[in-house]
Amino acid sequence: MAEIVARDIPDGAYVNLGIGQPTMVADYLRPDSGVVLHTENGMLGMGRPATGDEIDPDLTNAGKQPVTELPGASYFHHADSFAMMRGGHLDVCIMGAFQVSATGDLANWSTGAPDAIPAVGGAMDLAIGAKQVFVMMSLFAKDGSPKLVPECTYPLTGRACVSRVYTDVATFAVGADGVRIVETFGISVDELTTRLCMPLVSSPFT
Amino acid sequence: MTALIMEAAEAVAAVKDGDTVLVGGFGMAGMPVELIDALIAHGAGDLTIVSNNAGNSDTGLAALLAAGRVRKVVCSFPRQADSWVFDGLYRAGKIELEVVPQGNLAERMRAAGAGIGAFYSPTGVGTPLAEGKESRVIDGREYVLEFPIRGDVALIRAHVADRMGNLVYRKTARNFGPVMATAAAVTIAQVSSIVDVGELDPEVIVTPAIYVNRLVSV
Repeated sequence: MAEIVARDIPDGAYVNLGIGQPTMVADYLRPDSGVVLHTENGMLGMGRPATGDEIDPDLTNAGKQPVTELPGASYFHHADSFAMMRGGHLDVCIMGAFQVSATGDLANWSTGAPDAIPAVGGAMDLAIGAKQVFVMMSLFAKDGSPKLVPECTYPLTGRACVSRVYTDVATFAVGADGVRIVETFGISVDELTTRLCMPLVSSPFT
Repeated sequence: MTALIMEAAEAVAAVKDGDTVLVGGFGMAGMPVELIDALIAHGAGDLTIVSNNAGNSDTGLAALLAAGRVRKVVCSFPRQADSWVFDGLYRAGKIELEVVPQGNLAERMRAAGAGIGAFYSPTGVGTPLAEGKESRVIDGREYVLEFPIRGDVALIRAHVADRMGNLVYRKTARNFGPVMATAAAVTIAQVSSIVDVGELDPEVIVTPAIYVNRLVSV
């Protein structure tokens, strides 16, 4: 999945990779792609994870893991870092999700459980800030229920912000026109339509 | 006035019961650990703490929380694998929590420091965190009105200061420091070293001394 996402990132793009699974996308970016990674704690030009003597407690990513800097890297404070997102300067951000709606609503910060401690971090800022928001998730929850839904039932992170959903069985484009299948992996359009309980448009062109 | 150089205990004596204290750092990067330890020893209580997280493990902010000095935490991400001190207090109803999206948290402090009365942000529109807030459509896009967060005191960590209080930071440890320095009535910076005036290149100073009141070398 990470490899497929990496393939869809335009050369030279400024990209934010969310915590967890999206960080794996970095492993599949071509070194000559010119893609620059942003980390919201205040850096452009983030390199690979730091190991051994490279580990510096003053140089971490948004997941607070030690990372390295690449030539051309820059540092900035939090207000500048989020102005960069909110101001529409980031090309792509990649996040995980609990649910995505057919029109691109994103729910990835709270399951709404009454005893949960709410925590949002930078997800709401990223959701509305990047020019394109890609989501990586399994298409079905452990109980078999779809996570791509007509309308989100979990509390929203952002409205109409997701453009692509990459899953283990298919890639979808979502937006005002609804859900379009971009690519499937070992599953038929009929089966997807049945299991998702919503109309899907298949398109081999994009 | 140029910054006063003093010991941590003397510096944090500026904190009074009931104060709002801005605490820098993102995880341990930029966390002013020695100033927090001094604040615990100082004893001020009933505090509102504004920071990105709500303490990790049993040290730093978590120790301040465990000592029962904090009435309310304003942060973006309190729930972490090792945030058991906050978790316990929250579930016991012994601490208030205001969750603020990370970018709004930074911008609300920036607004306080820049003399902005309030601002319209697109972050959080349509989510539970915008409920009850004024909103407005500008050029076809919906925004939510957000108000400044002002601190009585800011505790931040920078890398090097000169004796006036000009600051430079190190890598991603910069994070909230420059914004918090502008947003508090009294800003206390802990630094690794203090150099003579003129030794820092004016082109690389990130926080000008006008924002810094007290310096602690640790």
